[in-house]
Amino acid sequence: MYEGIDGIRVIFEGINFQRLMVGLLVTLKIAAVSVAVSIPVGVLFGILMTSRKKWVRLLCYFYLDAIRIIPILVLLFVFYFEITRVFKIQWSGEFVAIIVFSMWGIAEMGDLTRGAIRSLPKHQIESALALGLSENAIHRHIIIPQITRRLIPPSINLITRMIKTTPLVALISVIEILKVGQQIIEYNLYRNSTASFWIYGFIFIVYFLLCYPIAEVSRRLEKRWG
Amino acid sequence: MIKVLPLYIKAAGFTLLLSAIGIFLSFVVGIAVSLTVYCKVKFFSVVAKIYIEVARNTPLLIQLFFLYFGFSRIGLRMEAYTCAVVGLTFLGGAYMAEAFRSGFESVDVSQKESAQSLGLNFLQVLRFVVFPQGLSVAVPAICANSLFLLKETSVVSAIALADLVYVAKDLIGLHYKTTECLILLVIFYLILLLPISIYMRKLEKKMRFASHGV
Amino acid sequence: MSILEIQNIHKSFGEHKVLNGVSLAVEKGEVIVLLGPSGSGKSTVLRCINGLEPISSGSIILDGETITAPNTKWNKIRQRMGMVFQSYELFSHKSIIENITLAPVVAQKRDIKEVTEQALKLLARVGLTEKQNAYPRQLSGGQKQRVAIIRALCMNPELMLLDEITAALDPEMTREVLDVILDLARDGMTMLIVTHEMAFAAAVADKIAFLDGGVINELSPAKEFFENPKCDRAKKFLDKFKF
Repeated sequence: MYEGIDGIRVIFEGINFQRLMVGLLVTLKIAAVSVAVSIPVGVLFGILMTSRKKWVRLLCYFYLDAIRIIPILVLLFVFYFEITRVFKIQWSGEFVAIIVFSMWGIAEMGDLTRGAIRSLPKHQIESALALGLSENAIHRHIIIPQITRRLIPPSINLITRMIKTTPLVALISVIEILKVGQQIIEYNLYRNSTASFWIYGFIFIVYFLLCYPIAEVSRRLEKRWG
Repeated sequence: MIKVLPLYIKAAGFTLLLSAIGIFLSFVVGIAVSLTVYCKVKFFSVVAKIYIEVARNTPLLIQLFFLYFGFSRIGLRMEAYTCAVVGLTFLGGAYMAEAFRSGFESVDVSQKESAQSLGLNFLQVLRFVVFPQGLSVAVPAICANSLFLLKETSVVSAIALADLVYVAKDLIGLHYKTTECLILLVIFYLILLLPISIYMRKLEKKMRFASHGV
Repeated sequence: MSILEIQNIHKSFGEHKVLNGVSLAVEKGEVIVLLGPSGSGKSTVLRCINGLEPISSGSIILDGETITAPNTKWNKIRQRMGMVFQSYELFSHKSIIENITLAPVVAQKRDIKEVTEQALKLLARVGLTEKQNAYPRQLSGGQKQRVAIIRALCMNPELMLLDEITAALDPEMTREVLDVILDLARDGMTMLIVTHEMAFAAAVADKIAFLDGGVINELSPAKEFFENPKCDRAKKFLDKFKF
């Protein structure tokens, strides 16, 4: 039985540390894949949001609001318990997580893109029109290059937001760092009275060490380019 | 479906109450912390900055588990409810502080100087110029944070508090009526969040007009 | 036949009627300056011609082709007209030479070598050869506006629309921009110009169209207009510029 400060051993006992790191990899994989999907698709979605066709815009806003209003945890439950059951498909928790996070990321990235396009001076687009450029050419040569810089900091920030949301996937039985932590705590229930303090504290610090540098990079870029 | 409705209504009430308390306390903490940073109070402003970074760069769920399961093990036992309020305030306070701070910092230096040149002292400049101008700039961010906090309360089910998600999960486990339970869950969140979201969009439009002078 | 014919165009923004039946014919090689008090709809006329504002009624005919028909391919039409704005609007992410060659290459599908050659000639003409690889933020307002003018010229337009191109410049820079336009006029470029510079209008214009209340009150040869305006409104307008 370990007690007090001695309980910290639980982090490094046996293969515990290794297991936690493997869990962390799952966390990072979910975040990375979701971001990789969200950024390109989200930019396209944002361009659609500025479409001149009203029904396209309406549809986009409906999607954006639906995703934004419903908590991610609820979306995870709906997809994990319901969509898989109704459509009789076998999706792992990990796959559901990637789907839901990507849906969310696309909505957020789309809204950022829309904001960036709207903030371009109206005359920039008019003068491109006056030069006889087609709509596609204007998107390719004028709009996208001009908003890219503006979108890089919030895109980086989206990575931290994704990472910060990943612990929720433990609640749909994905074995990521939090779930691994819970398993270790359970195993040590009668052997180490302070295991939960050290394990959760450790995970807390891991998340901070992951998110803070990324958030800082995003902020610095924003300052420099803003 | 009708039978479970009262359970949902009760849970929605709890979610709303918890959010209201969390948002209010976050507001208070946010103002205090942002003023500490804005006025560059010695030592405390450093502590405030560290607090903001730590709270903003860690997930609420981990904060809650650390508080609820972790701290109880080193002799700091808190009820789940207290934990939820503390956790929400810890997280929300940092977000609100950032909203206020960027609002205060958006006030032009020339505005402050002209107030000073009129003979107002530091506190008066704060009270009559920086506060009103900065707060109005911060309103959209404050609303967004409130919406965010209300949504974040959904994770308190994980420390056994009977919010909407908890009730839905409980009922799914009891009756296996997954579809109804989840539909009700989504509907209840829509009822809670849609009005705030619509209000926010209106506010955003209004602010845009104000800033463009139309 | 006129190169550009505007027939009885109307335009309103919601309740507010800006143009109430403007008609104007522009001959090839002619320079017409639109004068009038602010809010009289001068800029709107130019924006309607370029399709940036849809008109409520009336028609605009470019070289015998009605360009206000509903199925107009505006990007094709716009390639035939050069438009320059008050705020220059160079593309901030592209160098000067890229700003000039973009539309000829992308929209007109011309050969980049040939376009670059023409662009360099035009840059030399306005004395900005050494700025070809600079970015817009490194240029003064007057330099930016000269680039904006040749950016439009590089499309080999049939006519130019200039919308208050010196309004944002100080007098010294105004001079250098207006010299470019005077030079163009001497070369026989067809131009429709909105400006507040009376001396420039007098120097460059073949005809003055005086706009007030959304209609053209008077269309006279420039000399006649300044020496002996026919309508009262124009007289009052000109009086404001005498000291």
